[in-house]
Amino acid sequence: MADKVLMKGNEAIAEAAIIAGCRHYFGYPITPQTEIAAYMAKKMPKIGGVFLQAESEIAAINMVYGVASAGKRVMTSSSSPGVSLKGEGLSYLAGADLPSLIVNVQRGGPGLGGIQPSQSDYFQATRGGGHGDYHMIVLAPASVQEMAELTIKGFELADTYRMTSMILADGTMGQMMEPVALDLKVNPAPEKPWATTGTKLQREHNIINSLSLIPEELEKFNFDRYERYKIVEEKETMYEEYMMEDADICVTAFGIAARVSKNAVDEARKRGIKAGMIRPITLWPFPVAPFAKAADKVKEFISVELSMGQMIEDVKLATSCKRPVTLCNRAGGMIPDPEQVLRAIEAAAKNGGVR
Amino acid sequence: MMDKRVYLLCGHYGSGKTNVAVNLALALKKERKKVAIADLDIVNPYFRTKDSAAELSAAGITLIASEYAGSNVDIPALPQQLYQLTDDKDLTAVIDVGGDDRGALALGRIAPALKEEQNYEMWAVINRYRPLTPDVPSTLEVLREVEAAGGLPLTGIVNNSNLGAVTTPEDILASVEYAEAVAKAAGLPLAMTTAEARLEPALSGKIENLFPLTLQKRPV
Repeated sequence: MADKVLMKGNEAIAEAAIIAGCRHYFGYPITPQTEIAAYMAKKMPKIGGVFLQAESEIAAINMVYGVASAGKRVMTSSSSPGVSLKGEGLSYLAGADLPSLIVNVQRGGPGLGGIQPSQSDYFQATRGGGHGDYHMIVLAPASVQEMAELTIKGFELADTYRMTSMILADGTMGQMMEPVALDLKVNPAPEKPWATTGTKLQREHNIINSLSLIPEELEKFNFDRYERYKIVEEKETMYEEYMMEDADICVTAFGIAARVSKNAVDEARKRGIKAGMIRPITLWPFPVAPFAKAADKVKEFISVELSMGQMIEDVKLATSCKRPVTLCNRAGGMIPDPEQVLRAIEAAAKNGGVR
Repeated sequence: MMDKRVYLLCGHYGSGKTNVAVNLALALKKERKKVAIADLDIVNPYFRTKDSAAELSAAGITLIASEYAGSNVDIPALPQQLYQLTDDKDLTAVIDVGGDDRGALALGRIAPALKEEQNYEMWAVINRYRPLTPDVPSTLEVLREVEAAGGLPLTGIVNNSNLGAVTTPEDILASVEYAEAVAKAAGLPLAMTTAEARLEPALSGKIENLFPLTLQKRPV
């Protein structure tokens, strides 16, 4: 075990970003993700990188825009209210087709909310977060090890598809400590012939921009972008299935809710209920296929969320509402416990899928 | 060995100061009448001494903590009963200091009185499995920063090296050499090596000054 280190989820994200070759970090402190900035502040100067505490979240996201334009791996991180401030920048990044990594360690909302964990920015993340037609690749880690691995994956996907990747974690994932193996493989950044790195009088100017005054042209940008999104949907969807082979009841959850739910599924099995779980790892693209398949077999779906029910809408879409989908939730910074999820599973089993 | 009135636990962020502090207070209470534990953490709003309030209260230990500790009010507040720690000479006090130099800054208010009284231990809690303190130079750097910010010289090292719930006896044995090297380089004694109580049978007799710990509650 000695090749592992004991890390907070936030620290794992920061270290993995450095391993991925990110040498530019811009942020503004907010609980519960401040360890990311603190870690970068300690480490970046020692490895020739840039750590900059910006004057605001808005400044930080626009610094990300600048570095991404120059073709370098770059990240910023924040928590819910801070990510809302970054919304405009996220839209501009999408409009200019710039790759970057954004981390949201969610806390309870709306408004300033509280500092306890939440998953109530699901809509914001999976629907883009700002104005206009676009998506981000949204990755939902459920362990400190995954915080590290998905950070690297996020940089790689961002570069491949010229998109923003978002790590959508929550306060628990950010604060919890677990051993992490850091011998992680990284695909180096691909050539970026579009980047503004200086023409050296050898080529035409590259222009990074999100302004299009000709509607026909802007329409084409949108159609082309969605062709690219289709490829992401086909090739990059990630999920974990747990005991789904013979499941009658399908629990679905991501992040910390999935860890709680797994305990409940195990306990339900001990009590003779055939429960299973689908854990989406990419929230966009949403893993439609396993849900569509399960919809022909299971009696009922239960969406376990730290929100008032957001992912549940994607579950209903993915299952074409073939079976009932019920919500098992806590909100405002509270976490469902395994007993609550177990009660929901037992109720579903008793109900037999008739609602 | 534990003959001082005040025990301060400082060190790098996430090294396990709070866990050690709670266990130390419980151990001291077995020998002494009047024991208090003070939460001076101005860095981290989570994983606070206050999380163990029920256990501490059941053991008859006074908890001195800001009323905002462990709440949603995320501000660096110090408890108003702070001066009891230096004024009440009948009190045995365990002081849980916040992480890194930023945390140690909170000691500025009480450091002069503690220095004058000369009846304290200022122990640096270290964990070689934490990412920013894997070796002697990096650990020493943090300890020097903590010492400078706190305005109070360190008097010993607590080796709290662990990998959380999956820690093996081998992990702890492998950390002793590191802890001894840190202590030697810092010119300080290695006051104790901690281990979760479940590991005690495998380690007893193999480690000097072994201090068994029970863990504070952890998230799911």
